[in-house]
Amino acid sequence: MEPLLRLKNIECYYGPVLAIKGVSLMVNKGDIVAILGANGAGKTTILRTISGFIEPEKGEILFEGKNIAGLNPQQAVRRGICHVPEGREVFDELTVAENLRMGAYLRKDRRNVSSDVKRVLEYFPALRQRYRQRAGWLSGGEQQMLAIGRAILSKPRLLTMDEPSLGLSPILVKEIFQIIRRINKEEGRTILLVEQNARLSLQTASYGYILEVGRVVLDNTTGELMENEDVKEFYLGIQQESIRGKKRWKRKKVWR
Amino acid sequence: MDTNYIRRRYLIAWISDAIKPRRDIVMFWQLFTSGMALGCVYALIALGFVLIYKATEVINFAQGEFMMVGAFVAFSLIHFAHVPFWITVVLTLLIMAAFGVLLDRLVMRFLVGEPAFSLVMFTIGLALFLRSVAGMIWSTDTFAFPSPVSGEAIQLGSVAIAPGDMLVVGATALLVLLLYLFFRFTNLGIALQATSQNQFAAYLMGINVEGMFSVVWALSAMVAAVAGILLAPTLFLHKDMGFIGLKAFPAAVLGGFGSIPGAIVGGLIIGISENLAGGFLLPWVKDIFAYLVLIAVLIVRPEGLFGIHEKKKV
Ligand SMILES: Nc1ncnc2c1ncn2[C@@H]1O[C@H](COP(=O)(O)OP(=O)(O)OP(=O)(O)O)[C@@H](O)[C@H]1O
Ligand SMILES: [Mg+2]
Repeated sequence: MEPLLRLKNIECYYGPVLAIKGVSLMVNKGDIVAILGANGAGKTTILRTISGFIEPEKGEILFEGKNIAGLNPQQAVRRGICHVPEGREVFDELTVAENLRMGAYLRKDRRNVSSDVKRVLEYFPALRQRYRQRAGWLSGGEQQMLAIGRAILSKPRLLTMDEPSLGLSPILVKEIFQIIRRINKEEGRTILLVEQNARLSLQTASYGYILEVGRVVLDNTTGELMENEDVKEFYLGIQQESIRGKKRWKRKKVWR
Repeated sequence: MDTNYIRRRYLIAWISDAIKPRRDIVMFWQLFTSGMALGCVYALIALGFVLIYKATEVINFAQGEFMMVGAFVAFSLIHFAHVPFWITVVLTLLIMAAFGVLLDRLVMRFLVGEPAFSLVMFTIGLALFLRSVAGMIWSTDTFAFPSPVSGEAIQLGSVAIAPGDMLVVGATALLVLLLYLFFRFTNLGIALQATSQNQFAAYLMGINVEGMFSVVWALSAMVAAVAGILLAPTLFLHKDMGFIGLKAFPAAVLGGFGSIPGAIVGGLIIGISENLAGGFLLPWVKDIFAYLVLIAVLIVRPEGLFGIHEKKKV
C-alpha cells in the first residue's frame, strides 16, 4: 500500500547551511510515527518542509502519491496537512472560540464545524471554561491544548506536531499524550510526532525515526527501538549492567 | 422716574448676568457638535492608519491622500457623469477598493521586508505623487462639493446642529458599527485579525495571508473614501485636503496606534478639543491643539489611551 507520506532523500538548507542531509521516511495511514532527536537535529526543519514553509533543495515529498515539494503552506493545508508548531502560536487577541474557528477556516462543511468544536471541548474541558476568553490569557498548557484543538478542526489527513509536551508539567504531558492517542484512534488521524520526550512518544507511536544532525540514523517499530541498547542509553536514560562497568566516555553510539 | 430707571437697569443687568453662563453653554455645545463632526473625519482617517499598520506594519502617510482621491472620484462621478449621490457612494467605494488592491498587488507586495524607514519614505512619496496627479487631473482649484443633505440647521434645545454635521456623525457611527460586526462575526474579519496578530499561525490555518493584505488596503482605502465624501461638503475639495491626515495621525497615536476603538476615540477627542480650544481660547491654538493634547496624553500614558504594553512577537 502506498504510504500517506513519503519523504525521499530530502535536503534542506538555511542559507549555506545544510540542515537536513538526505532524510527519507514514511508515514502510513492511521499510524502515529515519532521522530526523536537531540536539539538542533533538524526535527522542526523536517516538519516545516512538509507543511510548505521551507522548500527542499533536493528530494521528493510524496503525499498521497503526489509530489508536494515546493507547494506553499496554504496549498499544503488544502491538501490536508496541518501542523501544530513548536511554541503553540495561538492568536493571542482572539478568543478561544475564534481561534478554533480559524482552525476550520478552509472547511467547506460549515454545518459540521460546531459539532466538531464540541468534540474538541470534550477532549480539552479546560478550554470550555475559557471559551470566550482571549487566548493570550491562557496558561501555556491551555494554549497547547488550543493549538492542538485548532489543528484537529481542520480535519487534517496528516497532523504534524512539533514538541507538543514542551514546557508542560509531567501530569499535563501524560494528558496530552493520551489525547494524541485518542485523536489517532477516535478521529482516525494520522500523526507525525516530533518529541524530546522519548519514553512517552515511543510508547505512543508505532514506528520511530531517530535523527542526528540532519540524518536518520535509526528507524524501526517502537517496540524494537525500546529494546535497542543505544536508544535505551541515550534516549531513555537506562544504563545496562555491562555498560556501567565500562568507562562511559569510551562508549560510542554504534546505531545497530 | 429716577427710581424706575434704576430699577430697570438693575433688572437688565441681572437678566444678562443670568443668561451669560447659558450663552457659554450654548457656545460650548455648538463647538462640541461641530468638533464632533470634524473628529469623526479624523477618526476615519486614523482608522485607515491603524488597519494598515496592524496588518502590515506599514505606516501609510498617504492615508489623507486616499481620502482626497476618494472625494475627487465621487465629485467627478456626480459632476461630470451626473450619477445620483447614493450610487456615487457605492461606485466610489468599489473604485477605491480596486485602487487599494492594485496598490498592494503592484507595489506594496514587493516592499515586504524592506526596512521600516524605506516604507515610511515610500508612503510619503506616494502621498506627494497622489497630490500631484490629482493636481494634473482635477487642477489646483478649490471646488464646492454638493452636500447630500440640505435645509435648516436642526435645533436641539438652543443648540443648532448643521444637517451636514449630523450626516457626518451618523454615517461614521454606521460605518464603525458595520466594521465592528465585520471584524467580530465574519470569517474574513476574524481571519484579518488573525493575520495581523500572528502571520505564521495564519499561514498554518491555510489563510491566504497576501490576500488578507490586499483586503486591508482595500478596506482602508474605502474608509478613507467615506471620510472624503463626508468632509468635502463641509470643508472644501482641493488636491491638498489630504493634509488633514496630519491631524488624524496624532489621533491614531493618541488611541494607541493599533487599536481600532482607540483611533475612533482619539479622533473624536482631537476634533472636539481643538474646536473648543479654538472657540474659547485663541483661534490660532486650534491648529496646534491636536499636538498639545497628544503630548499631554503621551506624557501620562506613553502607550496611548488604548494601547497595551506588549512585547512584539518576532
Ligand atoms: N532560521 C534558521 N536559520 C539558520 N539556521 C537554522 C534556522 N532554523 C534552524 N536552523 C539550524 O538548522 C538545524 C536544525 O534546526 P531545527 O530547528 O530543525 O532543530 P530541532 O531538531 O527542531 O531542534 P529543537 O529540538 O531544539 O527544536 C540547527 O542546526 C539549527 O541551528
Ligand atoms: Mg524544533
